[in-house]
Amino acid sequence: MEKMLSAVTLAEKIKSKEIKVSEVIDFVENNVNRTDKVLNCYTVFDSQKARERAEVIQRKIDRGEVASPLAGIPIGIKDNICSKGELTTCSSKILSGFRPPYNATVIERLNDADMITLGKLNMDEFAMGSTTETSFYGPTKNPWDIQRVPGGSSGGSAAAVAGGEAVCAVGSATGGAIRQPAAFCGVTGLKPTYGSVSRYGLIAYASSLDQIGPLAQDALDAAAVYSVISGRDSTDGTSMEFTPLDYSAVESADVKGKKIGIPEQYFGDGLNSEVAQAVMSVAEVLESRGAIVERFQMPIAEYAIPTYYIIACAEACSNLSRFDGIKYGYSCESAEDLLDVYVKSRSEGFGYEVKKRIMLGNFVLSSGYYDAYYNKALQVKAQIISAFNEAFERYDMILGPVAPTTALKMGENLSNPLQMYLGDIYTVMINIAGLPSVSVPCGFDKSGLPIGAQIIGKPFGEEQILSAAHAFQLDTDHHLKRPKSPVADEKEG
Amino acid sequence: MEINKDLVIYLEKLARIELSESEKVKVEKELSEVLGYIDMLSELDTEGVEPASHSFPVNNVFREDVVTNGDSRASVLSNAPHSKDGCFKVPKTVE
Repeated sequence: MEKMLSAVTLAEKIKSKEIKVSEVIDFVENNVNRTDKVLNCYTVFDSQKARERAEVIQRKIDRGEVASPLAGIPIGIKDNICSKGELTTCSSKILSGFRPPYNATVIERLNDADMITLGKLNMDEFAMGSTTETSFYGPTKNPWDIQRVPGGSSGGSAAAVAGGEAVCAVGSATGGAIRQPAAFCGVTGLKPTYGSVSRYGLIAYASSLDQIGPLAQDALDAAAVYSVISGRDSTDGTSMEFTPLDYSAVESADVKGKKIGIPEQYFGDGLNSEVAQAVMSVAEVLESRGAIVERFQMPIAEYAIPTYYIIACAEACSNLSRFDGIKYGYSCESAEDLLDVYVKSRSEGFGYEVKKRIMLGNFVLSSGYYDAYYNKALQVKAQIISAFNEAFERYDMILGPVAPTTALKMGENLSNPLQMYLGDIYTVMINIAGLPSVSVPCGFDKSGLPIGAQIIGKPFGEEQILSAAHAFQLDTDHHLKRPKSPVADEKEG
Repeated sequence: MEINKDLVIYLEKLARIELSESEKVKVEKELSEVLGYIDMLSELDTEGVEPASHSFPVNNVFREDVVTNGDSRASVLSNAPHSKDGCFKVPKTVE
């Protein structure tokens, strides 16, 4: 194997015995060994285990016993998804040493599909951040420019795919945490419909918003991985019954006659002009394939960020109360009594951003402020949902930018936290409404950094948005471009 | 909404978190900024709007009440910082 190929292409070559599973593992491991000391995508990389799995799967393939379309494909896993007996830390000190006693449903499904999990990918601590700089294990770097952030919180997942350290990856999104790093790193990321992928075994940040999804080399890879991990699961009470994705419908890339809406509010003052232009090129390509594009008003969009941060932090302060130094992870040894164990373990175990969000959550839920903040946010959530319902009476899909800018320099966001929150302006509303949205690379800015556009769908409209994304990728080559090796970059610098 | 020192101390208590002196100053400033921004929600008229908890209407999800995960006491306790006689061990709580 000489160069990275898409997961779907590789799987076909594995099936036709043109490439051995072990060669794919070798190729990825070689890349990790070469570049991960710079990029820092992985918190754990377990090639020994991957090799053993590869042998088992190769034997099955040789006997012709494999049905899964992605058999033999290695996949990286975000560090907040539980895998049995393997370190899973949410990139936090407070979960250092934690080895879950069970597999997340997503891991079970990847295993059942004869895919190979390849260790854990770096993230913002507890997924709280948009830069992967708040990780206890240090920041991940953007393979396109190692002075810049890869986005977050699934920054390790996006950078690994962009940098050739993974064929594909699984991330999670509470806000824009799949689409925004995908955009910053020039890969394709799918945030699926809430309830379509089981959250069992995903360490919770904000349960009403969290969703697992793929980061991949193109729309077809994202569709193939989504097919493997999605579906009703009785261990997640929010999991829904729905018609499985028809992969061949995605392949047909049919957008003829589809109506695509562009919210005016997504092209306001804060949007970088190069990003705006690149996003409009998606509209042009889809129009040339017979889609009908229209602009429309969506004033509620302005209120998405405050609503999101209230809901996310409120749920986080409740979800993260389980980290108490008693059941697992870090425990302060110098504590004097039980309360002291809780307070000291949490104070020493959580990073600053996590503590701040827990405190914000406690504030919006506290007596005297609950109605003005938390309850108000739930009312605005209802308004956001109905605004989308209205929009989808007229449109099949909604198109917009993923982020107002391309990847920022490291440190820029941490020094201005409100600015970091504002960077989520185009993504978080989709999580609030539970909708699917796919981020596709749609160009590069003057500095050569990737730009992403998102195509938002109706609930369980993954087939339509992935078809549109695939249609765009059939006519463009942004998704095929890869950064030059960051190791060479370092020598030059 | 302005966050002051007393409110930070109250929130630390609610969150079971103790901040260092420098973190306290930073949190006070940053939470004030974020809440200043969040306060824009008050200009939105939500009179009579029913708060939404779920994105989609899912009600009463039931399953059979049967044990499916077996006895995993040992593996659960293997992550505990301290355990004794098959239980989590905590500091003495009653005198």
